[in-house]
Amino acid sequence: MNSNNTPSSSAGGPGSAAADSTAPPTTRNSKRPKYSRFTQQELPACKPILTPKWVISAFMLVTVIFIPIGVASLFASHDVVEIIDRYETDCIPEDSRKDKIAYIQSSGDKTCNRILNVTKHMKHPIYVYYQLDNYYQNHRRYVKSRSDQQLRDRDSENDTSACKPEDKTANGSTIVPCGLIAWSLFNDSYSFSRNNQNLSVNKHGISWKSDRDHKFGKDVFPKNFQSGGLIGGKHLNESIPLSEQEDLIVWMRTAALPTFRKLYGKIEVDLVAGDVINVTLQNNYNTYSFNGKKKLVLSTTSWLGGKNDFLGIAYLTVGGLCFFLAMVFTIIYLVKPRRLGDPSYLSWNRNPGGH
Amino acid sequence: MKRCVYINDDDLSHDIYCDNRISNRKYTVWNFLPKNLWEQFSRFMNQYFLLIACLQLWSLITPVNPASTWGPLILIFAVSATKEAWDDYNRYLSDKKANEKEVWAVRHGVKKHIQAQDIHVGNMVWLRENDEVPCDLVLIGTSDPQGLCYVETAALDGETDLKTRVIPSACMGIDFDLLHKVKGLIECPEPDKDIRRFDANLRLFPPFLDNDVCPITIKNTLLQSCYLRNTEWACGVAVYTGNETKLGMTRGVPEPKLTAVDAMIDKLTGAIFVFQLVVVMVLGVAGNIWKDTEARKLWYVEYPTKGPWYELLVIPLRFELLCSIMIPISIKVSLDLVKGLYAKFIDWDNKMVDQETSTPAHAANTAISEDLGQVEYILTDKTGTLTENQMIFKRCCISGTFYGNEIGDALKDEDLVNAVATRSPDVIHFLTVMAICNTVVPIQRQNGTILYKAQSQDEEALVHAAAGLHMVFVKKNGNVLDINFNASVIQYEVLDTLEFTSDRKRMSVVVKDCQSGKLFLLSKGADEAILPCASTGQQTRTFSEAVEQYSQLGLRTLCLAWRELEEDEYQEWSLMFKEANSALVDRDWRIAEVCQRLEHHLQILGVAAIEDRLQDGVPETIETLRKAGINFWMLTGDKQNTAIQIALSCNFVSPEPKGQLLLINGKTGDEVRQSLERVLLTMRITSSEPKDVAFVIDGWALEIALKHHHKAFMELALLSKTAICCRVTPSQKAQLVELLKSCEYRTLAIGDGGNDVRMIQQAHIGVGISGREGLQAARAADYSIGKFRFLKRLILVHGRYSYNRTAFLSQYSFYKSLLICFIQIFFSLISGVSGTSLFNSVSLMAYNVFYTSVPVLVNVLDKDLSERTVMQHPQILFYCQAGRLLNPSTFAGWFGRSLFHAIVVFVICIHSYAFEKSEMEELSMVVLSGCIWLQAFVVALETNSFTILQHLAIWGNLVAFYVINWIVSALPSSGMYTIMFRLCRQPSYWITMFLIVVAGMGPVLALKYFRYTYRPSKINILRQAERLGGPILSLGNIEPQSRAFEKEVSPLSISQPKSRSPVYEPLLSDSPNAIRRSFGPGAPFDFFQSQSRLSSSYARNCKDN
Repeated sequence: MNSNNTPSSSAGGPGSAAADSTAPPTTRNSKRPKYSRFTQQELPACKPILTPKWVISAFMLVTVIFIPIGVASLFASHDVVEIIDRYETDCIPEDSRKDKIAYIQSSGDKTCNRILNVTKHMKHPIYVYYQLDNYYQNHRRYVKSRSDQQLRDRDSENDTSACKPEDKTANGSTIVPCGLIAWSLFNDSYSFSRNNQNLSVNKHGISWKSDRDHKFGKDVFPKNFQSGGLIGGKHLNESIPLSEQEDLIVWMRTAALPTFRKLYGKIEVDLVAGDVINVTLQNNYNTYSFNGKKKLVLSTTSWLGGKNDFLGIAYLTVGGLCFFLAMVFTIIYLVKPRRLGDPSYLSWNRNPGGH
Repeated sequence: MKRCVYINDDDLSHDIYCDNRISNRKYTVWNFLPKNLWEQFSRFMNQYFLLIACLQLWSLITPVNPASTWGPLILIFAVSATKEAWDDYNRYLSDKKANEKEVWAVRHGVKKHIQAQDIHVGNMVWLRENDEVPCDLVLIGTSDPQGLCYVETAALDGETDLKTRVIPSACMGIDFDLLHKVKGLIECPEPDKDIRRFDANLRLFPPFLDNDVCPITIKNTLLQSCYLRNTEWACGVAVYTGNETKLGMTRGVPEPKLTAVDAMIDKLTGAIFVFQLVVVMVLGVAGNIWKDTEARKLWYVEYPTKGPWYELLVIPLRFELLCSIMIPISIKVSLDLVKGLYAKFIDWDNKMVDQETSTPAHAANTAISEDLGQVEYILTDKTGTLTENQMIFKRCCISGTFYGNEIGDALKDEDLVNAVATRSPDVIHFLTVMAICNTVVPIQRQNGTILYKAQSQDEEALVHAAAGLHMVFVKKNGNVLDINFNASVIQYEVLDTLEFTSDRKRMSVVVKDCQSGKLFLLSKGADEAILPCASTGQQTRTFSEAVEQYSQLGLRTLCLAWRELEEDEYQEWSLMFKEANSALVDRDWRIAEVCQRLEHHLQILGVAAIEDRLQDGVPETIETLRKAGINFWMLTGDKQNTAIQIALSCNFVSPEPKGQLLLINGKTGDEVRQSLERVLLTMRITSSEPKDVAFVIDGWALEIALKHHHKAFMELALLSKTAICCRVTPSQKAQLVELLKSCEYRTLAIGDGGNDVRMIQQAHIGVGISGREGLQAARAADYSIGKFRFLKRLILVHGRYSYNRTAFLSQYSFYKSLLICFIQIFFSLISGVSGTSLFNSVSLMAYNVFYTSVPVLVNVLDKDLSERTVMQHPQILFYCQAGRLLNPSTFAGWFGRSLFHAIVVFVICIHSYAFEKSEMEELSMVVLSGCIWLQAFVVALETNSFTILQHLAIWGNLVAFYVINWIVSALPSSGMYTIMFRLCRQPSYWITMFLIVVAGMGPVLALKYFRYTYRPSKINILRQAERLGGPILSLGNIEPQSRAFEKEVSPLSISQPKSRSPVYEPLLSDSPNAIRRSFGPGAPFDFFQSQSRLSSSYARNCKDN
């Protein structure tokens, strides 16, 4: 926006209090409307107009602000070191790959070893995420299938009307936590080692503090969970209250996009370039029936969050476009100047009488 | 059908007719809710919202809490219903007050106090001075020995003068003590709403005068809501009661008017509704397909293999609900609110206060201000609207001698004063007719001066003028008039009054000179009504010349005539007159016929010319509005020449050579057709030239044209910008409005008198001038103003601003709803087409009702151009007239903008909040704040003038958005607990917002700037000019000033007009004879020549500058 003026005089510039302002308040009559600048629609107003100078400066200003921010964002994004390992296919033995669903649904050991190479120095804390693709946590059926009352309050245990079809077990006892979201809790697990030394993953404090304090009750314990015929995901330890089941709390923060990362834990030591990290993972979670991908992500963080070039690129693009527009407008302005407010542009001044 | 009223019969009429309980109420306590709801739900938009709200009760398909729709819906309905209930309660209170008023009435032969609502038909009601008449009464007795009483009918017809009412002849002389014992039968018509007619008969039963059927007219009645004045008491029989009175029948809720803007909004709403259905269908089908192909594989969704029978409907219905916000529920409330404010601005406007009478402008209809800005045709009355309707006697011509020509005021003309002093018989007769041939009531005031109460302004002017010439009308005592002439009192007894009607165009009285006992017929009237009645020997040529000369000056003329009557002739005629007066069928027509039998062989005394001055600023107003592209039609009851003269002097038509007048006339269908065709031909030829062509038509030709040549006349109406219709009746005025309306023009009718009411009610906008002819027109009108010149401001300032503001507000309302709706649609594309709502219920409701409606409401203060600029360049109104600011193409622009902004917001948000940040609640708030930021900047970009209030609303709203969300985020029970605090701490949130604003507004700004600078609209140019203060400001001033000079000069005298050469010829006059012929032999004078004369004098005036 440009506002081409010092907050100017009242409507209409010079001499607007002219001929027809006949409102002498001397002969007040009760029928007469009260005089105020509001009722007379005469509140002082500034009327900015789009002059070339102001529009071009506005675009230039945007350019000047956007390019540095874009550069800074890109740098921030590039400072983030990220190791991504896609494992959902590789963790299935060659001979089972023809029928992945059967493999994942079979019982038995599904341990899988992965090796990650650290190419750049990674400062602690290093966040460990699992990333799911093509997973619709935002599906209407899914996103509504939870009971916040039940999670928060032990007394509302039976408040499961929204949780269908995972509200009650076959024999009618209430499931805590109920609903599809909790039922489908992610159950792959990872353990890391560097040079045969165990790398401990801190799984405390990975969820929002506000969720632990206010959304998940300290006295609410899992009950009848994953006890039905159909096992969805991870089992929960029935002796730990929900407020400490951080994996569940993280999972219950549903993602809005079909591709999302959820925090698994934090590694509290630095990783140096050249380190080789062995990951022992339990590949339990079924993403095969809908061709979902599973990825393990180790990432540092910056002031802007994780590795995401989008903002930087967008800022540079927009800044560039604004610069381009400013240039184009300047050139047009110089090549083909046009006097603003020239009365000769008014057709009725050219052709008096006609319209 | 007849109604028989038995006077003082308590038993007979009770059950047949209703009692006098007045009820203006629309509702009762019991039917209020159902009836009001029914009325509200008869509108499509409301039905739609109700359907949506009901669907939302089905939790399987509702994306959000049903409260998000039910809340606003109930609020809207509650507001409307409360308003209705309040209005109805007030009506109830005023009804109750009127119903419970104590009146004196006769019950079982005894006079007692009863409540007004207990009056029954046939009851005798007593009134005292200054009492309000409780129902329609037939007068039976008054305190006046002559049986007269005076009433003020202001509440009924708006006329403030006193009217005389007289008791029927049969009741004359009944003793006061016997009055309440009167028995009789009144035969009267069924109740109707004509307040000027009442044709009934009265027969009294013995012992009173028997077997004498006595006619009763409106003169013998006291109508409900009138006031008894100057009369000690009066009594009458109730004939119509309660809601069946004349007033009760005229009452009625006028049809609500729908503005063009509203119609357009409805149309666009319909289009959006269709679009919504298409979206719903497409998404519904896609959703069902996705469900069957993909969602079944998602084990975590646990789709049942076999769903209920309505399974296929669920997803489309979900999308219907998700998309229901496309049609903003807030638009109705917002529009009602701002329309109310537009009306208030009109009421408040100090520049539209008539300084003389301190009458402010008033908008009675608050819903149609936008239409003011889209007016294409103005149909205006002449007398009292363009002119002041303050009649002053200026000149006269008595037996061939012109008085007042030199100094312009006959009262100061020494010749006339001398003639009066020397008692020149013609002059004395002339003055006598002036003084007593009327229905004026003189009222002696305390200080000895005399106040004249007249129904007609002309009569008042004549009586005043006669008084100025020492013929003073002093007293009216029943039928006896006292005239004080040079200190001697002359008495006349009025025997009969042959009243003025618009058909007869003359009135006469039969008087008896009380001294000599001679009978005289005194007449006055329009020249064409009087001159043909002249006695055969008399030369009327000088008079018709005088009439012509005066009407060229824009003076109203009246011919005065008299005749001495023989006693026998009068007696014979009197019987016929009495008979005609008591006729039940066609009474008017029969009276007119009888009157004609007396009004012949008149001796013409002279011509009186009365000036009706133009109101201040009329020429400027008309010129400005014509520049604004508004076409004017003048509809007047006045004669052609006067009308044309007034039209010239107020810029209605331009003088030669710029303008041209074409005349349509003729007495027969063929003549009218020929004349019409000739004019049409001329019109078609000249329509390409920049020439003001106007046609003139009189009432007679108009009648024929409308009936037989409707199509040709319609074409004429389309071609011509200006028309003068003279001698038209009220119903013809309404017909012309109807004609223009049928051509899809927006019409505004302006008038001041009762004869304009129909036209005012018929037109899209009715404007009444609260003038001297009473408040009747102002009451019926949508807007009332004190003076014609305020019309300029009403249209150019209020109408234009209202249109601009509504155009923005309505389109913006759709923009913001579409914006959030598109985002929902995009989100459903990435959420498995399952109909998940990205936003929570609270946000959705607050978005529509609060976040986005407050800033735009303050837009009612927006002014694109200053009032001054608009007044200088009225042509700019074209943008409103043509609907340039609100039409499908501008709407498409807003539609495109909302689509673009939805894409910008959505794409930026899902990319910058991807992966680990893609938490549902967070993303939802990021997207919502993106929308809020954008809409704040959109409003800011579209605002033309920022007052402090606009800044407060736009930026304050943005701050309020955060404050509200912080508060909600602080509540642990809310779904978005802590979300807003988390977001506001993240740099990426602010960077995203900034990106959204620039990416969303940059292209819009660039496009707007490009259009503004290189493809500017006239509005843009004027805005720039206004801002930069270029030479344009002086340019507009030139013309109005020169106009002012002309006005000064125009009343110049008209010496020897005939010597001028004709310059006002119609283009296509094949031969002058052809035109002459078309006038017909009966035409009193030659229009062709008079045209040339008047235009030449006008042209000369211009040269004199």
